[in-house]
Amino acid sequence: MTAATEPAETATATLPRKQSRFLRKMRASPAALLGGAIVLFFVVVALLAPILPIVDPVATDWMAVRQAPSAAHPFGTDEIGRDVLSRMVWGARASLLAGVISVAIAVCLGVPLGVMAGYFGGWTDAVISRVTEALLAAPFLILAIALAAFLGPSLTNAMIAIGLSAMPIFIRLARGQTMMVMTEDYVESARAVGLKPFALVSRYVVPNIFPPILVQATLTIATAIIAEASLSFLGLGQQPPAPSWGSMLNVAKNFLEQAPWMALYPGAGIFLVVLGFNLFGDGLRDALDPRDH
Amino acid sequence: MTAILAARDLRKDFVTARPIFGTPTVVRAVDGVSLDIEQGETFAIVGESGCGKSTLARLLLRLIEPTSGEVWYDGEDLAHIDKERMRALRRDLQFIFQDPFSSLNPQMTVGALIEEPLRVHGTGPARVRRERVAELLTRVGLRPAHADRYPHEFSGGQRQRIGIARALATGPTVLIGDEPVSALDVSIQAQVVNLLEDLKDEFGLTLVVIAHDLAVIRHMADRVAVMYLGEIVECAPADALYTSPRHPYSETLLAAIPVASYGARRAHTPVEGDPPNPISPPSGCRFHPRCLYATELCRSARPELRTLPGGRQVACHHAETLTLEGLTNAEAARSPAATERFALYARAMAGSAAAPTDKNNDP
Repeated sequence: MTAATEPAETATATLPRKQSRFLRKMRASPAALLGGAIVLFFVVVALLAPILPIVDPVATDWMAVRQAPSAAHPFGTDEIGRDVLSRMVWGARASLLAGVISVAIAVCLGVPLGVMAGYFGGWTDAVISRVTEALLAAPFLILAIALAAFLGPSLTNAMIAIGLSAMPIFIRLARGQTMMVMTEDYVESARAVGLKPFALVSRYVVPNIFPPILVQATLTIATAIIAEASLSFLGLGQQPPAPSWGSMLNVAKNFLEQAPWMALYPGAGIFLVVLGFNLFGDGLRDALDPRDH
Repeated sequence: MTAILAARDLRKDFVTARPIFGTPTVVRAVDGVSLDIEQGETFAIVGESGCGKSTLARLLLRLIEPTSGEVWYDGEDLAHIDKERMRALRRDLQFIFQDPFSSLNPQMTVGALIEEPLRVHGTGPARVRRERVAELLTRVGLRPAHADRYPHEFSGGQRQRIGIARALATGPTVLIGDEPVSALDVSIQAQVVNLLEDLKDEFGLTLVVIAHDLAVIRHMADRVAVMYLGEIVECAPADALYTSPRHPYSETLLAAIPVASYGARRAHTPVEGDPPNPISPPSGCRFHPRCLYATELCRSARPELRTLPGGRQVACHHAETLTLEGLTNAEAARSPAATERFALYARAMAGSAAAPTDKNNDP
């Protein structure tokens, strides 16, 4: 260990830092590590899609329609002879992008609204909270489908629709956390020092409500990936011929008996990515738990 | 002496329940408090839990808005100036919190916490501010290297020192401590009290200390105000209050101080019952249900805080006629030999203090 080689004085004078404690806790959880590894694997694959030695995901081959997995096509081919492996790799981009961007939209809109509601209280809180409750009353996927149908079918619109549907969770979380933090003595100490409201929110409120929001965001990415697959399955997400796991499943359902591999791989992909984000999010939640500080 | 901080008829109501119909339920936490805090003194406010002393401390610095009344500092009414001016004045008026575990932002390093008031009030370039942080850390008994650590790496006493350094950063004139030592271990309490006293002399501070325990502030305070149910019932120089209280409630508080000497027994003054519900305070004198000396007058008429000959203020109808018991003078109980040894010790301490010592500034 490196600690043993350090001079004794610095070893005793320097207590473990919060960051290192966080990393240690993450490392101590095999599930979180596995989740992180799965997520990382898919991210790397998606990023490397243009340079991987795979065939064009939209190139059709009429001589190889619905072929079972073989050396030439490790995951088989679909109903018009496109390579399923290649479409899986390129589809990972759509899925991950949809997951990350729609959650980014939800966080960027939801957190400021929630912090405002929690900080100002009164009428601001009443208005924001009632609208949030109205949005939460509609089931997440139904709301996303309705919004996507309204905006028109495309991957971008699907992301916006999913982002808006996921937003109320973040408003509520940020509002509750802000109200909790506002009662802390250190917020009063910020006012005693003479800090302006904006500085108070950005330096005292936001950093202290950040950990639970990060955890919620990680878990919501998993939900958003399923939502994107669902929208693509319904034809409201990624448009053909561009690949996405959801639209691949949509087509594959017609050939379940003749070509089960067409459904197996996209399904497994969704399953693994969602599992990965959930495990990672759970590990994050445990590692960031303030009760251990 | 002139008052540096003065409160006039300060009131604060908290609404505890607001029904859709009917009148809201109100707790009058601070009820018409007037006091003058003089430049350079240590002013203590004592009373049991829930008497409104922490609310009063926050009102004095306008950390909460008063329902009515005025707070005068340097010719300005803090309760009515605009928010921007109040922010600027916070440079002179600082606060030390009770709980050192919740009053420091866990996401900021110690250095950032102490530097923040300097940044807010635009003091100097970054390099100068960092030097000042190092200086303040040394002054409160920590090391400059501690600036890069986070509050959770420190003990309670150390955190309270960080809180004090933060409060001192802008060079305030008035420091208000809301029970600054009550959350600490007894052994640490003395250290922090001594630190506050040293800093008071060094920086020429006016110190206002809130306490629920008369013992802690006995050797610290110049004057003491005793609060009961949102009102000041007695305000007197500390020595006078401790040896001869004039309000029955002060006597009760003094009787609660444990005596640490062999065979010490005081004629005990029993306190009966809990403090009344502040939502519906008793008629007349608010202390009468628990007072040993209450008469018919106390039950009907509310005593005003009035000034007795000699300058002490008491809110009791019978202040002139009651003979109340304070703390007996501990010095008198000592044997002649012990008195001599104490004198020798005092001389030795005076001698060593005169010699230049620099033990607080070890690198």
